[in-house]
Amino acid sequence: MFSFSIPLGKLVRRVTRLRGGGSAFPGLVVEKIDPGFMQRTLSTLPHGVAVVSGTNGKTTTTKMVVELLESQGLKVFTNRTGSNFTRGVAAALLGEVDWRGRLDADIAVLELDEAHAVHFVNRVPPRYSLLLNVLRDQLDRFGEIDKTAQLLQQIADKTTGTVVLNREDPRVARIAETLHGPDVRYFGLDDSLLGTFPSDDELRAGPGSPAPATVPQRQTADVVLRRVGADDADFEYDGATVTTSMKLRGVYNIFNAAAALVLARSICGSGAATADHTALLNALSKVAPAFGRGESLVVDGLPLDLVLVKNPSGFRLGLKSFPSGGYATMIAINDNYADGRDMSWLWDVDFDSLRKDGVDQVSGSRAYDMALRLQYDDVAVRAVNTEIAPALATFIAGAKDKPKRVFCTYTAMLAIRRELSKITTVEVVS
Amino acid sequence: MTPGTSGSKGTIRVLQLYPRDMNIYGDWGNALVLQQRLKWHGYAPELLEYNPGDDFPDEVDLIVAGGGQDSGQLVIQDDLQMRADTLRGLAEDDAPMLVICGLYQLFGHFFKTRSGTVIPGIGILDVETHGTDERLIGNVKVTTPEFGEVLGYENHSGQTTLGPGVKPLGTVEKGTGNNSKDGHEGARYRNIVASYLHGSLLPKNPAIADFLIRNAVERKYGSFTPGEPDDHFAVLARDHAARRPR
Repeated sequence: MFSFSIPLGKLVRRVTRLRGGGSAFPGLVVEKIDPGFMQRTLSTLPHGVAVVSGTNGKTTTTKMVVELLESQGLKVFTNRTGSNFTRGVAAALLGEVDWRGRLDADIAVLELDEAHAVHFVNRVPPRYSLLLNVLRDQLDRFGEIDKTAQLLQQIADKTTGTVVLNREDPRVARIAETLHGPDVRYFGLDDSLLGTFPSDDELRAGPGSPAPATVPQRQTADVVLRRVGADDADFEYDGATVTTSMKLRGVYNIFNAAAALVLARSICGSGAATADHTALLNALSKVAPAFGRGESLVVDGLPLDLVLVKNPSGFRLGLKSFPSGGYATMIAINDNYADGRDMSWLWDVDFDSLRKDGVDQVSGSRAYDMALRLQYDDVAVRAVNTEIAPALATFIAGAKDKPKRVFCTYTAMLAIRRELSKITTVEVVS
Repeated sequence: MTPGTSGSKGTIRVLQLYPRDMNIYGDWGNALVLQQRLKWHGYAPELLEYNPGDDFPDEVDLIVAGGGQDSGQLVIQDDLQMRADTLRGLAEDDAPMLVICGLYQLFGHFFKTRSGTVIPGIGILDVETHGTDERLIGNVKVTTPEFGEVLGYENHSGQTTLGPGVKPLGTVEKGTGNNSKDGHEGARYRNIVASYLHGSLLPKNPAIADFLIRNAVERKYGSFTPGEPDDHFAVLARDHAARRPR
């Protein structure tokens, strides 16, 4: 069927690109004139659609799933530009379809923001969904974490094939109890690693506090992360434990690698052939973090790690995953919409691990909230400057002989990357 | 006068009420600030927790209670009713308390949800709360007679109306506060400070923290000798917070 909307949409896409416009606008145009475009196009894919959602780690996990599937010879369509809402998916599709509206891919793997995912799955029921976690993230946007869990529940309800759930996040694991249609598979953690992943309910609780009463019984997981080393990790599946080198850093990223493995195994096992595990592990070991998520840059010949922090669990994990010993540390906290505007979350993070070395520089629009937070954890703060550019310059000049680490919220990270691009090579995101 | 740990001017027992189920918006920050400032004032803090089903501890000097989401409120609801008399006794005996958001609502007469379900409160505060479709979110600036300018962040859809038995904490300069009509925020009764504000509330409002501490110490030991906490980051954080957009 020839549709007028696709050539028009592609034209709008070209024109907006020439004008340097936003990535989602052409999606809006095609959605308006041809509301069935997205569903029609995606329904032709032999392996259907896989949706990745949750509050933390969507971007890196989606990237992993894509690379794992590509290692199995599948052609994958994904929304790489981070337009993780329906209109963005439509816009990304426009760039990939031919003039007749055909998409040359075996499967679509889409990262979707929790709220937008619900709109999406109502129109395009996914064959697979991977639900990562429900952490206290930008609550001022969604209201409450139980509401976020309900959004994920709706994604699971609409899934026709397999739902992959985080066994260790009670709000996510509980989703299985109400599902009837789809298969459920889990990714899990070794008991020895559970302590490094405080769930939101345990966040504030002191040592020895009993767990919340409503944790569901732990199910058998398809893939279990058994151990995380400096540059390798052990995964257990099919009754055996394998060790693989990892380019990804941070325990939470590597736990999401287990999630990506379960999804890839579900997809590849559901076709005629089963997964080629040598190729899967090889691909997994090579996955690099997504833009801004634990990037390591080089400044003055020494590493400068950017650690994106956007909620208490993420910040805690960041501090645990990247010990401060020997490093110069900077923290940059903004309170723009994309960062989360309520500063309460800083009080749910323990900063004890920074006490020994202190923090060299605190910056961002809420620098003094952060400095105050550190004061109450008896962590020394050597300098505070709300302006990020001079703060970063002072930080770098003052720690020439040390590796450096910057914990930053999303918009602070964008500002820091902009500054760093003037003095070192920073990956350009398209 | 009971001596505290060696070198301190006395021990103050701070009870966190339902920290496991009602802790959603950085309420730990309030407990931490009380703990640290007690030390800075020269007193020995003893931090206690009370969760549903626990034995209620003796000799509670100060209570801090937080916000929760709907599921947390359901979990604690029955237990709170069982402890209503104990808590009322402490309140009427002028024990200082900080109650934020969810427990502010449940310290009142009731919370009526949008669907009409009435969740009974414990009626220590003469307030009632009605669930609405409107979510009140953003930075808040309040002018108060007792604590000067109070800064925080609100995020609630329940709207609270004050009865004659309480006074508002203050008048809203930026934001909404208790409800979208009356222009005031929080409630004051005896030594209870009730508020919707997170941020957390106490770090950037040390005047409220010191009010709670002073009253706890005076109630227990008769007089309070303050120390000299270093509040220069708090002053600057307040200054910057006051200039952030709604």
